[in-house]
Amino acid sequence: MDQLRLLFVDDEEELVSAVIERLELRGIEGVGATSGGEALHHLREGSFDVVVLDIKMPGIGGLEVLRTINRRHPEVKVILMTGHGSAEDNEIGRRLGAIAYLEKPVDLEDLLTIVDQAVNGKAGGPDGR
Amino acid sequence: MTEIIRGSAEDSDLVRTADAPEPEAPGQQVSESAYRRLRRMVVLATVTVSLLPLAITMVINYVQFRGALQAEAVDPMARLTLNTKRSLELFLSERRSGLTFLALDRPFSELCDRSSLTRMISNLNRSLEIGTFVDLGIIDDSGNQLCYSGPYKLEGRNYLDQDWFHEVARRGTYTSDVFLGFRESPHFAIATKHDRPDGGFYILRATIDAEMLSEQILTTGLEPTSDVFLIDREGILQSPSRRYGEVLTAIPLTVPHYSPSVEVVELKDDRDLAIFMSSAYIHNSPFVLIQIQPAEEAMGRWFTLRSELLGFLAVSAGLILTVILWGSGQLIRRMREADERRAALYHQVEYSNKLASIGRLAAGVAHEINNPLAIINEKAGLLLDLVMVGPETPHQERLAATVDSILRSVQRCKKVTQRLLGFARHMDVRTETIDLEALLREVLGFLEKEAEYRDLTVSFRVQDDLPTVASDRGQLQQVFLNILNNAFAAVSEGGHIGIEIAHEDADHVAVTIADDGVGISKEHLQRIFEPFFTTKSGTGTGLGLSITYGIVKKLGGRCRVESEAGRGTRFTVVLPISREG
Repeated sequence: MDQLRLLFVDDEEELVSAVIERLELRGIEGVGATSGGEALHHLREGSFDVVVLDIKMPGIGGLEVLRTINRRHPEVKVILMTGHGSAEDNEIGRRLGAIAYLEKPVDLEDLLTIVDQAVNGKAGGPDGR
Repeated sequence: MTEIIRGSAEDSDLVRTADAPEPEAPGQQVSESAYRRLRRMVVLATVTVSLLPLAITMVINYVQFRGALQAEAVDPMARLTLNTKRSLELFLSERRSGLTFLALDRPFSELCDRSSLTRMISNLNRSLEIGTFVDLGIIDDSGNQLCYSGPYKLEGRNYLDQDWFHEVARRGTYTSDVFLGFRESPHFAIATKHDRPDGGFYILRATIDAEMLSEQILTTGLEPTSDVFLIDREGILQSPSRRYGEVLTAIPLTVPHYSPSVEVVELKDDRDLAIFMSSAYIHNSPFVLIQIQPAEEAMGRWFTLRSELLGFLAVSAGLILTVILWGSGQLIRRMREADERRAALYHQVEYSNKLASIGRLAAGVAHEINNPLAIINEKAGLLLDLVMVGPETPHQERLAATVDSILRSVQRCKKVTQRLLGFARHMDVRTETIDLEALLREVLGFLEKEAEYRDLTVSFRVQDDLPTVASDRGQLQQVFLNILNNAFAAVSEGGHIGIEIAHEDADHVAVTIADDGVGISKEHLQRIFEPFFTTKSGTGTGLGLSITYGIVKKLGGRCRVESEAGRGTRFTVVLPISREG
């Protein structure tokens, strides 16, 4: 299996950089994006196994990015992340095929467990539902 | 966790059970006097529109019936008076005719003889069937008594200076008032004037026993209650009256004015008795016929009818008033209940809105804190990563421990924000599967610090194999937070609060929160679910338990409270295991 490629999207630059660095320390190729637009740009440029998406972002929000991913990159697994767990967003995210919904602050080890399960096909992806 | 807690089933006979009443708003929303005023107005208006027409109808009926029945009473009386008047007039005219016959029957020269006069009296009395003539005399045009037959010594008397003589000379006939005559018994006189062949005139004058008048009156068939008599124009009785005395005494009534026909009037006599008086002037005589009947007897039927009418009025008015008073009471009570329900609802909505705003604020705060918290988390994580992968340094272990501490604090903050968000979420009923114990522990999390500071013990007793319930998490959190808050407020330092979750029946789970606090007095116990009812003067809104009650009801459950002042309170919330609908 190829090296895991993960796209981490959050409007907080500090958070993104720390997460990317920690991923690299674990041998995971992480790419950071601080807006929905940037995330879509990265998705067009390269291929990713998993995208971790913050729902609340200025400009193109997480859910909108998720919709685009579903259309253009259906093979990519998406994990949603939010600062406040709105039940409505959770529900919409699940309907749109997000494999998980995490509340901030997210523990990196938890995140990696979910990613691992998703990539190794244990959790249902968008195609498996 | 199982512990024995106070106030459990074994001493439940010491506590009072209050079934939760329907929430009721207190009267202070709209003042008591406003409802009283409104009721007064409703009563006044309905009484006016219902009783006024009734009263008017009654007055009209009263007047009409009275008129009709009066006519019915008066008409026979007038008829009888008229008949009596006619018979009296006939009686007098017969006597006058008798005298006229004598004058025509014989020449003047044969008349003036005492023995023939005596025979004439006897003939007259026989022909008129009733012995009435007492004496008979002839008076010439100079007023001299020419001859006389009778018990008086009247021969040779002159009447020229007497009024009656002039009257008979002028009008041809004359009837006198009653006077005391022969043997002091009442008599009256009649006289007729006749022309003499040689010019001039003479007068035939006869005295008649006044008893005859009374007999005439009595033969007309009067009712036993009526009093009929004759008076002269000065009001002196000419025949005896049952009510007003003997002949030749004055009656205590005003003499009626002259009228050619029968007159009936209603008046009061000297003894203040209401009477009907019918009167008729007897033609060619000084007599006035009077018939008296007490109004009470004449109007007997009217009085019966009148009391029936008044009775009917009283009964109907009473009935109408009762219905109006009862109806208006009901109306105002319903109105008041509706007002109170509306006020309670309004306050509940207001309270919900307040909670919703607090929720929104909490959500905002949580969100704003979670983002920097995430950064702290990742930065600290990175720091730990770097320390661990890097070369061993003397401070490596201390650094790792420090970062760990930071991460634990982050987790604590996360718990707080999650709780805040938990409360902020969904104000509407949203059914989820809920582990009641976990939920209660979550709620207790908010009160942990207070319990610690005040040295309170909180114990849990949970029945084995309890099912989860399908209910609304946010709402249940609110309910239990409310009840626990009250329990915390009730206990003193070192107090104990017991939470027990058990099966109520096959479909329900009961959560009982018992404290050993101040308890609730009997009077207060009945009112604790009322909106605005509070014992925390100044600090409480009085809405907590009413809203708790409202929520539990909305969730398909019920509340039960048992309490005894000084011993503590047991508050039980019974929830359905599955939510229908």
